[in-house]
Amino acid sequence: MENNSSGYWQAVLGLLTKILIIWFLVSFGAGILFAPALNSISLGGYPLGFWFAHQGSIYIFIVLIFWYAKKMGDIDRQFDVHEE
Amino acid sequence: MDLQTITYLVVGASFALYIGIAIWARAGSTSEFYAAGGSVHPITNGMATAADWMSAASFISMAGLIANMGYGGGLFLMGWTGGYVLLAMLLAPYLRKFGKFTVPQFIGDRFYSKTASTVAVVCLLTASLTYIIGQMTGVGVAFSRFLGVSSDTGIYIGMGIVFLYAVFGGMKGITYTQVAQYIVLIAAYLVPAIFISLQLTGNPLPQLGLGSQISGTETSLLSKLDLVVKDLGFDQYTTSMPGSMLNMFMYTLSLMIGTAGLPHVIMRFFTVPTVKDARSSAGWALIFIALLYTTAPAVAAMAKLNLHATVNQAVGLETTASGNLVVNPEKVKANADLYATESSLQYEQRPEWMKRWEKTGLLKFEDKNGDGRIQYYNDKTKNADAKAKAEAAGWKGNELTVNADIMVMANPEIALLPNWVIALVAAGGLAAALSTAAGLLMAISSAVSHDLVKGVFNPNISDKNELLAGKISMAVAIVIAGWLGLNPPGFAAGTVALAFGIAASSLFPAIMMGIFSKKMNKEGAIAGMLAGLFVTLFYVFAHKGLFFIKGTEYLDLIGGANSFFGITPEAFGAVGAIFNFIVAFAVDKVTKEPPEHIQHMVESVRIPRGSKLVDGAH
Repeated sequence: MENNSSGYWQAVLGLLTKILIIWFLVSFGAGILFAPALNSISLGGYPLGFWFAHQGSIYIFIVLIFWYAKKMGDIDRQFDVHEE
Repeated sequence: MDLQTITYLVVGASFALYIGIAIWARAGSTSEFYAAGGSVHPITNGMATAADWMSAASFISMAGLIANMGYGGGLFLMGWTGGYVLLAMLLAPYLRKFGKFTVPQFIGDRFYSKTASTVAVVCLLTASLTYIIGQMTGVGVAFSRFLGVSSDTGIYIGMGIVFLYAVFGGMKGITYTQVAQYIVLIAAYLVPAIFISLQLTGNPLPQLGLGSQISGTETSLLSKLDLVVKDLGFDQYTTSMPGSMLNMFMYTLSLMIGTAGLPHVIMRFFTVPTVKDARSSAGWALIFIALLYTTAPAVAAMAKLNLHATVNQAVGLETTASGNLVVNPEKVKANADLYATESSLQYEQRPEWMKRWEKTGLLKFEDKNGDGRIQYYNDKTKNADAKAKAEAAGWKGNELTVNADIMVMANPEIALLPNWVIALVAAGGLAAALSTAAGLLMAISSAVSHDLVKGVFNPNISDKNELLAGKISMAVAIVIAGWLGLNPPGFAAGTVALAFGIAASSLFPAIMMGIFSKKMNKEGAIAGMLAGLFVTLFYVFAHKGLFFIKGTEYLDLIGGANSFFGITPEAFGAVGAIFNFIVAFAVDKVTKEPPEHIQHMVESVRIPRGSKLVDGAH
């Protein structure tokens, strides 16, 4: 059990950075910037870049939020700042 | 039973349900009225947020837009969902911990300034009011098409119903009504989509159907669609993009930031009991939203293919004797000549649904070459091959215009689904428009009664009178919204871009800096909000006219249309937000730090422990 508020905030910012990088890579990366390149790969009947823009990034967004909620719960308990 | 009777029954039953819920969930206190007493389960809240968020635009227009834009339409899909990741991580839990009713109240307290909170109220009212006009117009259109009343009567009925459950129920009534509305609207969206996906690909899940092969063939649905539209001179479906890649990037970013900054969405997170619930509630909201948003691209592509196949026999779908559209695998594989004379549908043999929609004026046919057949292609194409083929076939221009909005509404009719499904789609469209209108009214009412009346003019107002002020401002807002719906200022489309632009460039950065930058002071925040708001308005008005008044555009002043790196005004919110951040930090550097107690407040907002029920204390 640790207790220092700057340590807590650093841990939170670390998690946010990680999630925002993935958020950026799937939507702006795979869905837009690299979409033309990814379209040469196909996922079933989907060109991959098109799939990321129309389907994939949405699924990954959902996973990201629940992952965030779970990880934040862990960090809260680790630094003993969770709600009673 | 005929369609009209069934529609009356289904729509009537859904309204009886909404009003019943409102009576059951009547609000007693201000806390119940504004924040549902902070007692809503995260899954329930997620469902209500989804209904709140998905407006008439999502339900009726989005699939049609994607059908027209192809791959580029993904900017709506990613933009309007990706914002929830930002909301969940950067704003919602901290605002819930702060524990007050409204967004302007957070901005006013955090930046220890009534000016800041008043600027926030102005931004909120502009964003919400412009947004609500579209909802009221949507209600009018849906009623007039399905109930056979005039569009104006439709708007009056809609005003009355929103008034009943928003004013009496408050946030609690709205929340539970929105849960019911979500169920109605999602069922109305999924049932026809599943049916059409089965017809075309044999896969009941539209999300998988879109990536499957056409029934009985080895040809994937998307590659067939690409082939057909390209041959007819349109842009290839899976790669076409509006403007440059940079523009698509900024457009997506603007929608994401705007989504996270829209007050009627943010305030939903004040209704959950704990900070922990605020985090997961955004995830639940996104699951319920994704159900529609991952179906929409399938509806778009399949409706587009169906439409082409209906007017061009060579695509490979056939109309059976009963008027149903079925796949003919041999013809799909054959890729016959789309330009052959007998491929184009004879006008006299057009299906019933086309006749019905012709009456509304949303679908038009003009026989330019006088051959009695419908030629639907892109006559402005730059594709030399398509141009030559059209000329050789004696085509004299595109003969069919289809309003994008009918893609979803006509979908069940194109697939010849039973009448109850068509009635359900009517109820779904109305649920989408009404639930969003109610959420927006709630945001407007709380900003006026809580942040202006109580916060600025009369801090000693009693709980009971504040509640009354809230109900009165809601009633006034309904009348204004209804009036604007009846007399739509000819710029409805432009205002939606403005609502997102304002939320993205003013509210989102201010809230985010309030949480993540302990040293951000009131001078920086106010300067940032005003700067972001100003550049966004300046750029939008340059294209659309000062306050959208025609003839006052000043494109020369900024060097022509989309002069800022080819970015369209709709995509400019993100640039405004960046501007906001830069100005805020620059001003913050040269003015003095915020007082000690404010810095302590930021520290306490950052940790979940000690969260309490939301209250309205200033």
